Amino acid sequence: MNLSFIRFSSITKKIWMAFLGLFLMIFLVVHLGINLCLLRDDGGAWFTAAAHFMGTNYIIKVFEIVLFAGFILHVFLGIVLQVQNWLARPVRYMVTNKTTTPFLSKYMIYTGGIVLVFLVIHFINFYFIKMGLVSNPNMTPEGEPDFYTIAIQLFSMPAYSLLYIVLFIVLGFHLNQAFQAAWQTLGVNHLQYNAFIRRFGIFYAIVVPLGFIIIPIYFLLIR
Amino acid sequence: MKLTLKIWRQKDAKSTGKFVTYPLDNISPNCSFLEMLDILNEQLIRKNEEPVVFDHDCREGICGMCSLYINGRPHGPDDAVTVCQLHMRKFSDGDTIVVEPWRAKPFPVVRDLMVDRSAFDRIIQEGGYISVNTGGAAEANNILVGKENAELAMDAAACIGCGACVAACKNASAMLFVSAKISQFALLPQGQVEAKQRVKKMVRMMDELGFGNCTNTYACEAECPKLISRSNIARMNREFMCAKVI
Repeated sequence: MNLSFIRFSSITKKIWMAFLGLFLMIFLVVHLGINLCLLRDDGGAWFTAAAHFMGTNYIIKVFEIVLFAGFILHVFLGIVLQVQNWLARPVRYMVTNKTTTPFLSKYMIYTGGIVLVFLVIHFINFYFIKMGLVSNPNMTPEGEPDFYTIAIQLFSMPAYSLLYIVLFIVLGFHLNQAFQAAWQTLGVNHLQYNAFIRRFGIFYAIVVPLGFIIIPIYFLLIR
Repeated sequence: MKLTLKIWRQKDAKSTGKFVTYPLDNISPNCSFLEMLDILNEQLIRKNEEPVVFDHDCREGICGMCSLYINGRPHGPDDAVTVCQLHMRKFSDGDTIVVEPWRAKPFPVVRDLMVDRSAFDRIIQEGGYISVNTGGAAEANNILVGKENAELAMDAAACIGCGACVAACKNASAMLFVSAKISQFALLPQGQVEAKQRVKKMVRMMDELGFGNCTNTYACEAECPKLISRSNIARMNREFMCAKVI
């Protein structure tokens, strides 16, 4: 394996982390838009149509590769940076650091790790079925995987829904720190914009995860 | 004041250190922290014991030599001061005070609480200067500098290189120090000539020495005795991107 990638400067790696993180945040909004189609009482027509479009459109297919590469790179860089950070302090302090820092900013690798575990479960349930890597008895009359039925079956399971809700809360904490940190890393730190960036980050970190959380609540409690 | 001190004692760089507890009585709340350590050392010398070795020099908060990690905070519980400017009135009678050296791979412990911070000197040697030919002094107003940039450059230049940013950062990152040294030149016309080489070389040296990566917790800014702003880190990132791309 060529490890020259690890030798890129610390700032280069961080800039890539920031760009990729912001790219993934844009994708998350698109994903939310599709998921919210589940809330329509149309027998899954909109959701299936959206899933069909995402699965067959050539532009989306290209973006899918970019998305996957970006996601893997984001995770890989996060791990490389974290290992380097651990190595930078081989002897720890006896007294835990008492410096006041933003809530959860010290735990990005852990919140990111939890989100990664969930994403693996998510891929097994959905994406690997589409890829034909996981068997699936639910098929549409057109012979495509019936993601609407799969989603409803999963959200009908209280344990899965609870896990889903908890993980999106964790993702919210990750995104809150990530958004403003990404702009800081990209050099955007100015009194004129800092307040907007911070507020928009909080808004995004609440609204987007909440949008995802509404779906299992709807299937568990309302429908 | 009556205090219990738990101090890191380490014979030399290769030895394994340990915490040693020292009870201390009759300490004036008006003592500085370093004066309190002086009193302890006088008592140790009278008992024929080795005094505690710690870094210090000007004791006016401007040289950047003092470097103690006190009860979980670099430079102790007060904000925006170095240890020499920290007074014992910031502690309570009967307190137990744990004193540790800065902990970072590029800052090896030399002895007890003394750490080798020459890593910072090596970063500065890579470009923390401007090259000026010798000759007659130029007229100061030949090159005009905007008031705002002059102020920001002066703020960045206030960095005394004590290493509290590295000590406070959970990743032992030196980004605040390096960014302050880069910013003080990046903001001024005199710094533009070598700007691209400066940022590339100083960042490369910072990485080579084994400092960690910034993860934007801003502990460095919170503990900096000279209130160096994290906006300098953003400026350094911009400088670095421009130097690499353009």
